[in-house]
Amino acid sequence: MTKMSGAKVLIESLEQQNVEVIFGILGGAILPVYDVLCGNEKIRHILARHEQGAAHAAEGYARASGRVGVCMATSGPGATNLVTGIANAYLDSSPIIAITGQVPSTGVNSSYMIGKDAFQEADIIGITTPITKHNYQPRAIAEIQPMVNAAFYIASSGRQGPVLIDMPKNIQSDTAEVEMGLTEKIEARGYKPAMTPDLTKIGKAADLLAEAVYPMILAGGGVISANASDELMQMSDLLTAPVATTFMGKGAFPEGHPLSVGCIGMHGNPAANRLIGEADVLLAVGTRFSDRATANLDTFAPNAKKIHVDIDAAELGKNIEVDVPIVGDAKISLKLLHATTMKKLPSMKISMWSKRIKETKEQLSPLLKDRPKDLVPKALLVELRKLLPADAIVTTEVGQNQMWSALYFQALKPRTFISSGGLGTMGFGFPAAIGAKVACPDRPVVDIAGDGSFLMTEQELACSVAEKIPVIVIVLNNSVLGMVAQWQRMLYNRRYMAVNLGKTPDFVKLAEAYGAQGVRVNSIEDFQKAVKTALTSNVTTVIDVPIGSEQDVVPFVPPGCGLPQQRGDY
Amino acid sequence: METDQTKVISVLVENKPGVLHGVANLFRRRNFNIESITVGQSENSDTSRMTITVKGDEKTLEQVVKQLAKLIDVLKVEELEPGHFVMRELALIKVNVPTTKDRSDIINCVEVFRGRIIDVSTDSLTVEITGTPDKLDAFLKLMHTTGVIELARTGITALARGAKTVRIDE
Repeated sequence: MTKMSGAKVLIESLEQQNVEVIFGILGGAILPVYDVLCGNEKIRHILARHEQGAAHAAEGYARASGRVGVCMATSGPGATNLVTGIANAYLDSSPIIAITGQVPSTGVNSSYMIGKDAFQEADIIGITTPITKHNYQPRAIAEIQPMVNAAFYIASSGRQGPVLIDMPKNIQSDTAEVEMGLTEKIEARGYKPAMTPDLTKIGKAADLLAEAVYPMILAGGGVISANASDELMQMSDLLTAPVATTFMGKGAFPEGHPLSVGCIGMHGNPAANRLIGEADVLLAVGTRFSDRATANLDTFAPNAKKIHVDIDAAELGKNIEVDVPIVGDAKISLKLLHATTMKKLPSMKISMWSKRIKETKEQLSPLLKDRPKDLVPKALLVELRKLLPADAIVTTEVGQNQMWSALYFQALKPRTFISSGGLGTMGFGFPAAIGAKVACPDRPVVDIAGDGSFLMTEQELACSVAEKIPVIVIVLNNSVLGMVAQWQRMLYNRRYMAVNLGKTPDFVKLAEAYGAQGVRVNSIEDFQKAVKTALTSNVTTVIDVPIGSEQDVVPFVPPGCGLPQQRGDY
Repeated sequence: METDQTKVISVLVENKPGVLHGVANLFRRRNFNIESITVGQSENSDTSRMTITVKGDEKTLEQVVKQLAKLIDVLKVEELEPGHFVMRELALIKVNVPTTKDRSDIINCVEVFRGRIIDVSTDSLTVEITGTPDKLDAFLKLMHTTGVIELARTGITALARGAKTVRIDE
């Protein structure tokens, strides 16, 4: 037993969890914790310039590394500024821990206490209940370490997600005799994530797959979270099945592979959207069948018997009825499914499917169609792929920049494409890039941005410069909020309302004002040069690329329509 | 169009602050309808038992059980099988008794329904009655002839019949 402050117990508990970095902003109600961090050599603190940036950076760190990302903020506005980042991590099932300061739970100054509307008090437990996997508020110092252990276990296991720990100030500053226990001891008896699937179900799924003439695989973000890309590849090899991913699954399967057909969905690859309608058995792994992926369910994979593997039992049957629901970890389930299917597969299987896949890709894949030489998103993103090594990490903002990236930038490895899929948070990409760069300092990290999104979190330029975290921001600058402008153009009879950004800031000067580098490019050659220079730079570079303001992301599936109704020339 | 059914779900939860908030929040967020919810200590002091009555189609009810099971502080969730559980609800009813005849009529009714009169004043009676919601409904219908001044119903609480239990497996 040692006498320690609650703040010290918290930091030691984080050290036990091998936390190496915290993204945060301090304030009054979290000061005791920052006092303990002063001089700490194990944990690096990175000062964000807005708490939303800290939360997104923690998520970028988590998704690039597969480890838990940690962010921290003070009570009240600090905590509420984290909320968008926490909600983002919740919808994209990313493992992050958010630590917030809170006004004291007890104390001498009774008006400065929880429930008294004290200065900078916000009920962050109440606020984050629907957007966290779980949240905690210790009321005694002895509770801190068990809560931290449980928080990390809950965030990083099962269907991953954010966990918040709200620390009343008196719990941070008071001292008590505590014994630091082992991290393996988890006090969460109501939480038992199911890892191993039911073997009868695996058998049924294998029967379907072995008999399939047109098998297809749909891989979601769960494949990446479970590090199951190798198993996915083996399964695809065994069945000669094309692999489509959801947007969140992008990178789970190398997009240059002959069996890769890209993303399905509203702005998906037409080859993927076409083939999924022809499949007779669909193996969907680690996906929740989001509305943006499936479009209208009536015409989603209408000919396919469906096998759905997910670690979250509640996802089975939630959005779509399936023939074989399987609860389990993607990696373990795919391994078992592979072994079982192999035994059942007829030795000689002649199929026209491979030929059909090849033809469809040649006919429909946007990347296999003509390559423009102008400074348009497609040309830029194809060029960017050539300029970056396969393990470079790309983040995106939200809107047209994101959908162009999905269509035209090939992700070759898991955890190299990080974007806000579920919540669709504009401003996510840049701080997420900072977090990813902290996790993987030896790899290039590029944020593919739009001018609208970048302006939402551009102040993190100050963080990236001061903390020496060099990333590359490519601003596809069309001076409009492009995706909504596209919808107004296509669906609201060109009645543009509140989408014109007018004279956007000079992004070159903006970058320079922060001490970063800025460069404007007007041709593909300029762009190549700028990216090459940025890749060798030790400071963040903003590359401003003016593009036309009326470029659409096409083809697309209008709201309410099904995948076969994807339309638009591309 | 699937038809709505009413289901009774027995939920064992950690006896901790904030757990009821988590459950109520889930129902609101997922657009589920709570008909009634009762909470109290279970056979163990560290767990509470919630009895939740929900209305919805088969698919919604399946989601209710699965989503509840995901909450970290929920230890066990089970739908009670229709016909294989016992349930009770308690109601306190303050009724108007303008005349002596009304008073004796109500006292007779209370006897038939095996309720109890727990408070008496010059022009009202307060009745305690326990039973299934149907029985309470039937009794209330009779009381409305003279006028119900105030009504407090607890919502149902329930247990599986016989050897079947909803307990934590130690």
